[in-house]
Amino acid sequence: MADDDYPQPDLTVKEKKEMAKWFLTHAPTGEIQYIAKDIRSVLMDEDVYEMAVSEAFPLYNKAHLISLELPNRTSDILVTTFGELDDTHYLEPRTCQVATVDHVKQACRAVRPARDDELPSSYVEEFRGALDAEVLKYVTETYPKGTCAVYCTNGKDIEGPGADFDLVVVISAVRHSPQNFCNGSWRSIWNIAFKDELQAVEVTGKMQVGAHYFEEGNVQLDAKHECRDSTLLQSPEDSAVSIAHIIHHHESEYFESLESSYSNLPDTTFKDLRRKLPVTRTLFPWHNTLQFSLTRDVSKELGIGK
Amino acid sequence: MEAAMDLMRRISPNDSDTALTALLSLLPDHSADLLSQVDQPLQVLCDVDSGKEFLLCDYNRDADSYRSPWSNKYYPPLEDGSVPSDNLRKLEVEANEVFAIYRDQYYEGGISSVYMWEDENGGFIACFLIKKDGSKTADGKRGYLEEGIWDAIHIVEVGPEEEGTANYCLTSTIMLSLTTNGKSHDTFNLSGSLRRQMSMRLSIDEGHLCNMGRMIEEMESKLRNSLDQVYFGKTREMVFTLRPPPEGVQMKLPDC
Repeated sequence: MADDDYPQPDLTVKEKKEMAKWFLTHAPTGEIQYIAKDIRSVLMDEDVYEMAVSEAFPLYNKAHLISLELPNRTSDILVTTFGELDDTHYLEPRTCQVATVDHVKQACRAVRPARDDELPSSYVEEFRGALDAEVLKYVTETYPKGTCAVYCTNGKDIEGPGADFDLVVVISAVRHSPQNFCNGSWRSIWNIAFKDELQAVEVTGKMQVGAHYFEEGNVQLDAKHECRDSTLLQSPEDSAVSIAHIIHHHESEYFESLESSYSNLPDTTFKDLRRKLPVTRTLFPWHNTLQFSLTRDVSKELGIGK
Repeated sequence: MEAAMDLMRRISPNDSDTALTALLSLLPDHSADLLSQVDQPLQVLCDVDSGKEFLLCDYNRDADSYRSPWSNKYYPPLEDGSVPSDNLRKLEVEANEVFAIYRDQYYEGGISSVYMWEDENGGFIACFLIKKDGSKTADGKRGYLEEGIWDAIHIVEVGPEEEGTANYCLTSTIMLSLTTNGKSHDTFNLSGSLRRQMSMRLSIDEGHLCNMGRMIEEMESKLRNSLDQVYFGKTREMVFTLRPPPEGVQMKLPDC
């Protein structure tokens, strides 16, 4: 079935690898392993395949905030850029452990206790730990399959008041249901900036929801939302309570807006694409299309035709 | 080829263009199969003779030119481009006129084109295309959509006449993408593609156009309903499985 009209120059290895990477990184949530299997048989070139997966899986795993079980079963770990120590080592801040991640297998190979220099100072840890406890409470109540972690991304070594530091809250919830032909994920990343001089905490959030339903078709939801808020810098415990409250409030509000986007679909949004019934509110008169040629002739005579 | 089709079922319909281009260059030996099995978004060209726009697909293409259903001419001009027989062209002209009215009644805007050609078995094939840009800057009368594209491709294979009846086999594809924007940095996008088939043996007393038209109307309504009720509904259920609404709020229970 070669298309002789369009002779195509052979692709370079790099071009093939980039295309394979594009497919892998664009996999819907929970579907990268299926995409990898497909792309492997499309490429028919193990070397290119190996290169593509070794580059694409780490990007995908971090972007999708995947959650893996630690080999010692003490906890789950989120694979995120915030906990990334190097290409394969990721910090689990709640249990102070470092996991060796096999990106392509999407599993943890080994785990070790974190070193002191990988952890925040005890001053920052008080804020981080308190916030983690509050967020964990919220996530457990709200997301049935939710995982969360709080990282210190800036100023982890400061020993006391007088300097700024940043925490990041990551919340990830996934549901893979291939037997029902649907997968979905919720991801939110909250940057929490503790501003010492202003005695304030600035909160910015990014939320992303995706869903894929693929029984005899392919329908995908992709929704994103950003917001910001702030609160006063207080004791670690009080700050944690008010920050968790802010996160709770904005995420609930966003869910309500998602629900209203959905409920507006049938009657308003979708109507701008195609109506349920014609403007005449009756089925199209296919048996009597002659009437149209009559009206058309009249409008032609009157010079108002197109 | 099977793997390529599975990829197309998984990649977001919004990225199907890029995905198809990549597959065509990775699998040059399967380009004809890919082009016939993967539906692409419809492109538009202007027929300068009639001043009307028409839609492009593989069925009105000859070499690098496309035949306009309005003037029956190829753009860019093509010597000896294939055209339907006089009889079929007559039906094609009528179909284009009637289908444009149908399109206007359901879509309140948009572009439509109908192409027909004879097949080897003594019957013919008709291809009905509709493209509607429902974004608020285009044909979206209500202005709810930041971006909204609906492409419909209906292929009807009409068998030869037998005892006053003919067999009609319809394959329909709908591709759509809609985005609504809330506050700044807030986007809500749903995209989808669906393909369905239906076959019927019908009396040709009322003519081919009437039969094809009714089948297409029924199929379009079914597909629109499936998208709205089933497909969008399933993604909504998924969202509420990820984060169930607070207790006390009445909500349909998700089943996946």
